Amino acid sequence: MDDLYRDYILDHYKRPRNFGELDPHDLDAHDHNPLCGDEMGVHIRVEGGRIADLRFHGQGCAISQAAASIASEEYIGMAVDEVPALDGEWLIDLLGIPISATRRKCALLNLKVVRGALTGDASWPRGSG
Amino acid sequence: MSLVEAATTPRLDIRADFPILAREIDGRPLVYLDSAATSQKPEAVIEAMNDFYRRHNANVHRGVYTLAQEATELFEGARARVAAFAGGETDTTIFTRNATEAINLVAYAWGREHVGPGDAVLLTEMEHHSNIVPWQLLCQETGAELRYLGVSDEGTLSLDELDAQLARGDVRLCAFAHVSNVLGTINPVAEMAARSRAAGAVSLVDGSQGVPQLPVDVGAIGADFYAWTGHKALGPTGIGVLHGRRELLEAMRPFLGGGDMIRTVGFQESTWNELPWKFEAGTSMVAEGVGLGAAVDYLAALGMENVRAHERELTRYALERLEAVGGVRVIGPSSAQERGGVISFELAGIHPHDVADLINREHVCVRAGHHCAMPLMRRLGVPATARASFGPYNRREDVDALAAALAKAREVFGL
Repeated sequence: MDDLYRDYILDHYKRPRNFGELDPHDLDAHDHNPLCGDEMGVHIRVEGGRIADLRFHGQGCAISQAAASIASEEYIGMAVDEVPALDGEWLIDLLGIPISATRRKCALLNLKVVRGALTGDASWPRGSG
Repeated sequence: MSLVEAATTPRLDIRADFPILAREIDGRPLVYLDSAATSQKPEAVIEAMNDFYRRHNANVHRGVYTLAQEATELFEGARARVAAFAGGETDTTIFTRNATEAINLVAYAWGREHVGPGDAVLLTEMEHHSNIVPWQLLCQETGAELRYLGVSDEGTLSLDELDAQLARGDVRLCAFAHVSNVLGTINPVAEMAARSRAAGAVSLVDGSQGVPQLPVDVGAIGADFYAWTGHKALGPTGIGVLHGRRELLEAMRPFLGGGDMIRTVGFQESTWNELPWKFEAGTSMVAEGVGLGAAVDYLAALGMENVRAHERELTRYALERLEAVGGVRVIGPSSAQERGGVISFELAGIHPHDVADLINREHVCVRAGHHCAMPLMRRLGVPATARASFGPYNRREDVDALAAALAKAREVFGL
């Protein structure tokens, strides 16, 4: 068993949950990791202050795609005002795999676009996140 | 060994000359396949720089004391050997910080004087960012148009398209890579320079990937400018080379102003030093020059024909081995004859970033990403590639390790 590419990571990579477009949607954002070519967008529908539905789209490595898939199941149903408090550690704990410094940006890309869509702040994470 | 085998076996056996290649990680030898990013350094280069600092260090071109004379002789002697190695003349061989700075030197000192509104600068879609961005800045400032020669699906340029572009009559400068750092394509640079010249355009060749692996004679190529970098050619970082046509260099204004590049300095104006120092402001990268001198001595002793033959055979072998892995799509020319020792590839079902991460566990060092050629990636329709590239110290075992690591990566991904 590989430490990083565990069965559930590869499963989410090959069969990503909540991927595609969401029309109509209330909020969206898009970003990319120019160094490795990962790119990701998100569509979000908000109802009663909560994330009622969400879809990611884009392409990238197994870590970025699986992380988005796994996190998507957490985002849906979450209160919008909870999102700014989510940090890199929350996401990495959620993934349950050892993320090296070089793969950190891959793992965090989904949270970056979700935060971007909900808060309009595209600058997160600063530095190492 | 049969004759056929003998003819296709890499011919150099110089791994022992490179101290870093003796390093083991987790008890296993290092498989370094990223020489297109930077080469490893032979003992001779490390020792030359070490010896310079231990025994000869002084500033150059000034002091009359013994050390200063030695340093100047070592530095200028290195310049003469670097020039001769690439077929250039000593006083038209300018030391820069790297190839990027050499290209910027031309874009500023020549481009700002000769390119204006209504003019065009012609590049190719396979250029490294270093041979794109300086021209974008120039064209944005001067109002000139920036145009590109297309890259075929096979990863090659078309001379007919070059002729058609030149026939428009507005091209002031053509800049193109000698060897693509992504595709490995070896471009017909002498022909391209000749056609540019016949159409009244100045030519610049980015030889960063050419000089390390091909016999290069800048005089025979005939481009107006030829830029390359030391660290990809077994030399140190921090030193690059610009070979320029004398008439152009003499007519050009300086690039950077400061010490060493002047003849006289007044309160309001100055006069310039002669070539090549007119373009070398400030204290030179003396130890790096000495190191690069040792690097070209080392390469010359190997013989660049032998380096090319060695890497061509290794590339041919790698193309075969990669095909046998399954799921590998190689990007660029299919024949080792037409390409340098650079192989970009995709592995079906695994993103290049994951490929590089997975094979790093087998201590195989390859690059994944856009290779500083984002426009080319867009042209090829891929977000990124994995890239293996060879140096003269690589051997068949390195290719075997790559192929085995790729097979293992496919296993991890259940492919």
